[in-house]
Amino acid sequence: MRRNLIIGTALSLLVVIAALVSFVWTPFDHTSLNIPAKLQTPNATHWLGTDHFGRDIFSMIMVGARTSIAVAFVAVGIGMMTGVPLGLWAAARKGTWLDEVIMRGNDLIFAFPSLVIAILITAIFGAGAVNAIIAIGIFNIPVFARITRGAALSLWEREFILAARVAGKSAARISAEHILPNVMNLLIVQGTIQFSLGILAEAALSYVGLGAQPPTPSWGRMLADAQTLVSIAPHMALIPGFAIIVTVLGLNLMGDGLRDYLDPRLRVTRT
Amino acid sequence: MSLLTLTDLSLQIHKLPILSAVSLRVDAGEIVAITGESGSGKSMTAMAVMGLLPKGAVASGSIRLGDRELLQTSEADMCTIRGNDIGMVFQEPMTALNPVQTIGQQVAETILIHERTSRAEAAARAAETLARVGLPADRFPLSRYPHELSGGQRQRVVIAMAIALRPRLLIADEPTTALDVTTQAQILTLLRDLTRDMGMGLLMITHDLAVVADMADRIVVMRSGEVVEEGQTQALLTGMQHPYTKMLFAASSHEVALPALPTPEPLLQVAGVCRDYRLPRRTIFGKPGSFRAVRDVSFTLHRGERLGLVGESGCGKSTLTRAILGLEQVQQGTITLGQAPVFTGDKPNLEVRRRMQVVFQDPFGSFNPRHRVDRLITEPFHLLPDPPKGRARENAIAEALIAVGLTPEDATKYIHEFSGGQRQRIAIARALIIRPDLILFDEAVSALDVSVRAQILDLLADLCRAYDLSYLFISHDLSVVRTVTDRVLVMQAGQIVEQGPTAAVFSDPQHSYTKTLIAAAPVLPDLDALRRSKTHA
Amino acid sequence: MLRYTLKRFASLLISLAVASLVIFFVIEVAPGDPASFMLGMNAQPETLAALRSELGLDVPKWQRYLDWTGGMLVGDFGTSYTYRTPVAEMVAARLWVSLPLALYALTLSTLIAFPAGIYAAARRGQAGDVTIMAATQLGVAIPNFWFAMMMVLIFAINLRWFSAGGFAGWDNGLWTGLHSLTLPAVSLALPQAAILARVMRSALLDVLGEDFMRTARAKGLTSGQALRRHGLRNALIPVLTIIGLQFSFLLAGSIIIEQVFYLPGLGRLVFQSISARDLIVVESVVMLLVFAVIVVNFAVDLAYAAVDPRLRARS
Repeated sequence: MRRNLIIGTALSLLVVIAALVSFVWTPFDHTSLNIPAKLQTPNATHWLGTDHFGRDIFSMIMVGARTSIAVAFVAVGIGMMTGVPLGLWAAARKGTWLDEVIMRGNDLIFAFPSLVIAILITAIFGAGAVNAIIAIGIFNIPVFARITRGAALSLWEREFILAARVAGKSAARISAEHILPNVMNLLIVQGTIQFSLGILAEAALSYVGLGAQPPTPSWGRMLADAQTLVSIAPHMALIPGFAIIVTVLGLNLMGDGLRDYLDPRLRVTRT
Repeated sequence: MSLLTLTDLSLQIHKLPILSAVSLRVDAGEIVAITGESGSGKSMTAMAVMGLLPKGAVASGSIRLGDRELLQTSEADMCTIRGNDIGMVFQEPMTALNPVQTIGQQVAETILIHERTSRAEAAARAAETLARVGLPADRFPLSRYPHELSGGQRQRVVIAMAIALRPRLLIADEPTTALDVTTQAQILTLLRDLTRDMGMGLLMITHDLAVVADMADRIVVMRSGEVVEEGQTQALLTGMQHPYTKMLFAASSHEVALPALPTPEPLLQVAGVCRDYRLPRRTIFGKPGSFRAVRDVSFTLHRGERLGLVGESGCGKSTLTRAILGLEQVQQGTITLGQAPVFTGDKPNLEVRRRMQVVFQDPFGSFNPRHRVDRLITEPFHLLPDPPKGRARENAIAEALIAVGLTPEDATKYIHEFSGGQRQRIAIARALIIRPDLILFDEAVSALDVSVRAQILDLLADLCRAYDLSYLFISHDLSVVRTVTDRVLVMQAGQIVEQGPTAAVFSDPQHSYTKTLIAAAPVLPDLDALRRSKTHA
Repeated sequence: MLRYTLKRFASLLISLAVASLVIFFVIEVAPGDPASFMLGMNAQPETLAALRSELGLDVPKWQRYLDWTGGMLVGDFGTSYTYRTPVAEMVAARLWVSLPLALYALTLSTLIAFPAGIYAAARRGQAGDVTIMAATQLGVAIPNFWFAMMMVLIFAINLRWFSAGGFAGWDNGLWTGLHSLTLPAVSLALPQAAILARVMRSALLDVLGEDFMRTARAKGLTSGQALRRHGLRNALIPVLTIIGLQFSFLLAGSIIIEQVFYLPGLGRLVFQSISARDLIVVESVVMLLVFAVIVVNFAVDLAYAAVDPRLRARS
């Protein structure tokens, strides 16, 4: 439905623009402490209030958007750049040991929920945004590999692929010329979904301290800080929460809208 | 009073007119066939009778079952009629049954829905019904699952479900279209017997005119949602009035005049070919078994010859086709095109591939939906060491399109802008463009409407004259093969059981399988002979 | 069926073996010298040497790996360096919180999602469907730990129906224990229920388009009857996959919820161990979580075969 696409894109763009604008301007410096002004609810000066150190929440939200978007974006990028070629390759070599290895590898990664991978990595290599990206990214690889392989397999059965084989084209060439363009739509839709999942995962990791470390701001850590004060200053918890919800909702709606727009017959693929 | 009477039935779906003023009737014990091409509204008429129309459908007019007006009947009451007074059989037996329930459960369900009996009683009656349709309980226990049955067997189960409660009317929507010729004959015989035995009325929908002429007591011809002609079978066949009806029957028995054969010179030689498939392991330590899909097949196709290959599904013709094209390796034997082998070592011989091209069955699936026609038909250029570029390429494209009856302007369109018949023409253009020595037509006209099919066959004859084509025409449709080939090979279970000149094989088959095949295939009666006998009588 | 089970069981064993190799590699091999990693830069050489021999670092890696896996098979997960108690004991105590929490959440999630998804599929395009779809869109966008905080705010602090944190323990009765797990379970369950409801609806809609549904209607079943008797079981197959995935997610995800509610579960243990650099504990907990996921996958595979007879046959 067009409505989904429009609302979703609008919300997502809102967040992206906030993140970009934050590089040149925020209402206040998000790191400056201002204890006398602490714990204010939203008002005319501080549009979204202040936290327990007097920092302006609106500014923190804007800068925090950068972290969320960057982490999710790179993680999805890792997943796509690695997973899609693997999936195409596995489908082209269906039934061979290569296919088996890729599928078993997928299953292995799926056996480690992304949080567990994050724990493993941060236990050894330390917490931080980069390791969060790696952890979330690793988990995205099998998702894209599996989806691509599934879609590619059904395309390989189609007669126009047979025609290309009769024309003498190699499997690699067919994968690039025929298969990839026809799974692109599916990948775009899945990409937006994984992006939104990435935002949630980054928030969760930051919340437990495994994500971006101070002074890099992050919505998840804002929520962690807000926890002890939730009864006296609920706005500290509500606002970052809403930020996350709006971003994820926007991305999901955009994904749904894109799916219907690009191909109304496109079905939901369950990983 | 008739069993079923449709009077001025009109149907709109989301304001689109689907049916207009359709009138027909079916009497008890009578077989009425609705026939027409795709889009004629035949299936919708059946769904309207059952009350299973899609959302947004608005029907007007009258559908009377006995003295009951079905269009005025509530959904709840229709549920008591379906399965009980009217049974329905659909086209695709492979997907018509619930894969997670046994056949016994599914047949018994019809009984349990409408009558208060115990499960045991319903199961017993289900077993009886299944036996009646040719699936006796000793060989087909009620605990069988659908995936353990073949297409024909599944269709029998569907029929059993439909007749379990002895309905007054049975509707069959293309019940045998997805089945093999021999299976089709069996199912049609079954339907005819059931109709006579149970005194049911049978409303059969089919596009196959030979089947219609064979089975129906009365024929209703539909086009674009309207009834164009109807009448008793004999009367209609001998004295059809409407030009569309005449065109339809003419197209069904359309014969093509092929140019004369040149002196024989071998082109494609297949010698002692065997193709095995590995089966999955049965036990952890056992050897994986193998299935021999093609066994010791040998034949020669000569330059300028049009050779047919007929067989039912599973006989190995697709495997053989792929082997000839060099898409798969064979375990034994050789395939050579003009002395050059199709496979050298492990790799397909692209030199040879260049001299062979193929036209597939599915006009909708044989093209990449994202490419334009010019890119699509020049795909085989990949095989040329020096493909034409620029002007030369454009000329090649234009020439190919004109040769198949399209225009050069079509080169910039996308494939979804064309109809099924036009797409097959484009497929033929793609096959022709590099002037191969041999073209393989793999069920190339099977998915087309009768009138379109006739045009494509004419096109083939024209191309034979213009380009000296040699082709291998693979099909399960005997009537098409009969008209468009000089020689024919008959394949069964991986082997060629008979080969010879087409006319000879069809009129005087030697092998028992060929005889069964030809006997099973419904044939349109010679209408001229019929008319003459009528005038004499 | 037997052969299918055996195949899947073999697959399970292989997955476990490979997973243990990966964990062992990441934790004991990758950091180079686990001992100095654990004790930090300023450790004395003697303490380092003592720890090394205690950890068995002087024996070859493959032997350490076998000792470790062998130990796990008999229930010996080593001794925590920080607490000096057997890891198995610590983990068991925590497991009694995390595991019931995950199961509780899964049950709630399924109880909400199934009726919602079925209702939405049956009323496709109508008001009921649209409302449920909008609600699920919102539900999947909500971070569960944030939702937990809101739950605490409303139900614990304002309404005082539940305590804001802590676990009452099982000693005082099943009900008390469940009561203190309720808010955490609900926080976990609601976003998961949203996902599951969408999957259920989607799977049902796919099935509703299948030919055998048309056959069912032609027999005289109402659309509701057809959906329940024929549609549901076929739709279960993809739904089962998702439920399996959800359990894994819940088990791992409950780690985060424990932070909000101060529950003494696996999560607190893991985070404390990470900051204390107690690799032995981390190793064991991660192995345990992965083991749970693999076992759940195995169970789901068996459930598939129970639902879909095509998987049982191998003719």
